[in-house]
Amino acid sequence: MGFFLETLIGGLMAGMLYSLVALGFVLIFKASGVFNFAQGAMVLFAALAMARFSAWIPEWLGIDSRFLANTVAFLVSAALMFVVAWLIERLVLRYLVNQEGATLLMATLGIAYVLEGVGTSIFGSDIYKIDVGMPKDPVMILEGTFEGGLLINKEDLVAALVAAILVGLLALFFQKTTTGRALRAVADDHQAAQSIGIPLNRIWVIVWCVAGVVALVAGVIWGSKLGVQFSLVTVALRGLPVVILGGLTSIPGAIIGGLIIGVGEKLSEVYLGPMIGGGIEIWFAYQLALLFLLFRPQGLFGEKIIDRV
Amino acid sequence: MNRQFGEAILDLKNVSLVFGGVKALTDISFDVREHEIRAIIGPNGAGKSSMLNVINGVYRPQQGEIILRGRHFARMNPYKAAKAGISRTFQNIALFKGMSVIDNIMTGRNLKIGTNLLLQAIWWGPARREELAHRAKVEEVIDFLEIQHIRKTPVGRLPYGLQKRVDLGRALAMEPSILLLDEPMAGMNVEEKQDMCRFILDVNDQFGTTIVLIEHDMGVVMDISDRVVVLDYGRKIGDGTPDEVRADPEVISAYLGASH
Ligand SMILES: Nc1ncnc2c1ncn2[C@@H]1O[C@H](COP(=O)(O)OP(=O)(O)O)[C@@H](O)[C@H]1O
Ligand SMILES: [Mg+2]
Repeated sequence: MGFFLETLIGGLMAGMLYSLVALGFVLIFKASGVFNFAQGAMVLFAALAMARFSAWIPEWLGIDSRFLANTVAFLVSAALMFVVAWLIERLVLRYLVNQEGATLLMATLGIAYVLEGVGTSIFGSDIYKIDVGMPKDPVMILEGTFEGGLLINKEDLVAALVAAILVGLLALFFQKTTTGRALRAVADDHQAAQSIGIPLNRIWVIVWCVAGVVALVAGVIWGSKLGVQFSLVTVALRGLPVVILGGLTSIPGAIIGGLIIGVGEKLSEVYLGPMIGGGIEIWFAYQLALLFLLFRPQGLFGEKIIDRV
Repeated sequence: MNRQFGEAILDLKNVSLVFGGVKALTDISFDVREHEIRAIIGPNGAGKSSMLNVINGVYRPQQGEIILRGRHFARMNPYKAAKAGISRTFQNIALFKGMSVIDNIMTGRNLKIGTNLLLQAIWWGPARREELAHRAKVEEVIDFLEIQHIRKTPVGRLPYGLQKRVDLGRALAMEPSILLLDEPMAGMNVEEKQDMCRFILDVNDQFGTTIVLIEHDMGVVMDISDRVVVLDYGRKIGDGTPDEVRADPEVISAYLGASH
């Protein structure tokens, strides 16, 4: 029982991060109907910014405290992501209003290449470190309840908590604020939203800003785990099966889909692994996604797919 | 009835709109006076919806201009139109399906709520208080349209007739000076039509809202509108009071003659 719970908690913690990445996709898809291929590039770009600014800022400003340096670096990186969002709307999206989905898709591919190129030429292409003081040692909990207690990785726990808080704030933002309601309106019907005076371009800047912050947080979490390097662009790939499972248009779907995949991966690795050979964790999510594509392409919570006319 | 109208609040001059090879509108001119109910009628495909879409900038005509309270617009867009006090409903209801009735109507307050969406997203306290004030306005609209009982229902679950009413509610929440209605009674039964007529007349009467109305039901049009524009194949073939239009030979032949 203790071991099962340990695996379950490990899965939930990993799943929370998947949810976060998936949310980046869902936000942009909802508001602009485009699948954002640049999500991975945004994660890389944001992580590079964070890694480099946290190294440069102590030099430039003579700050000693690591905490302060990290905070300033985070804020500067977030501001940079806002600028990126603004530029994307200004230079790309604005000219593509009411275009075909395929056109928008290609545009986000283009954005991805530009971000990767510009990112590595400003910030360099070595492997960098992000050190936000994540606790590295595991911790034992519930020692009284279970024999031997439950061994929890503290770093994963902190990461999962941060992701959960961000996801919760975003959900509240979407449901409860005027801006959130405007975003949902745009997501539902562009033309009607415009006709009641919701400015599409400003909405787009806002969603891309939000997606930028999501990318930054994901970049910091994964960057401090794995180091900041080009392969961070693949972090976004982990969000793909989640959105297929949860539905591209559903925020609860992204959250629950992420958790299901996190837990499924870990449990199947541990309990099915010995039977069919290990390594399930690597392909589990994609297999599950494939099944969904076959039998329920709109995902668990997505709207039924209806071709636009 | 002794009705008083103001100046022309909206003036359309020589508007032509082409889609590929289809001439949706050809050289259309007419005006709309303040506080009046102006109907646009014509057979299917005559260009009525296109006309409305030109007025609020969803479509951009190749020729012609829109003069709104003396301001010339060569290029209108829906956002500008909304800011200028034009609100509308859609022929194919375009409500926000995922939201409740009250939230849908609340979106109509968007322009009134404030200008800076980013600040609203961050400033919790003031934004919250402002939101409450606007809720009150939304409740007025809900009472006015007699839809209290479905306030919290997701609009997707409502029957067609009620969805049309919510669509009107969202437009009214904008407190428009000009209201464009694209077939607000299509697909309704007699009772629902009567309700809708009453709402339109009340809006016009109580708030002085100028109304441009597309409707198929001739009885309704002749009853409630002050002046009527008749379109056929994208051309204007008649313009005047209901009585004048009814007596116009060209209009009669368009309606009785052709099989479209
Ligand atoms: N978005 C569009 N693209 C192409 N053709 C259109 C479009 N909107 C309207 N039309 C065409 O313009 C003509 C007028 O249509 P519409 O304004 O909808 O007529 P009505 O509302 O009077 O029935 C029709 O021939 C229609 O096919
Ligand atoms: Mg029409």
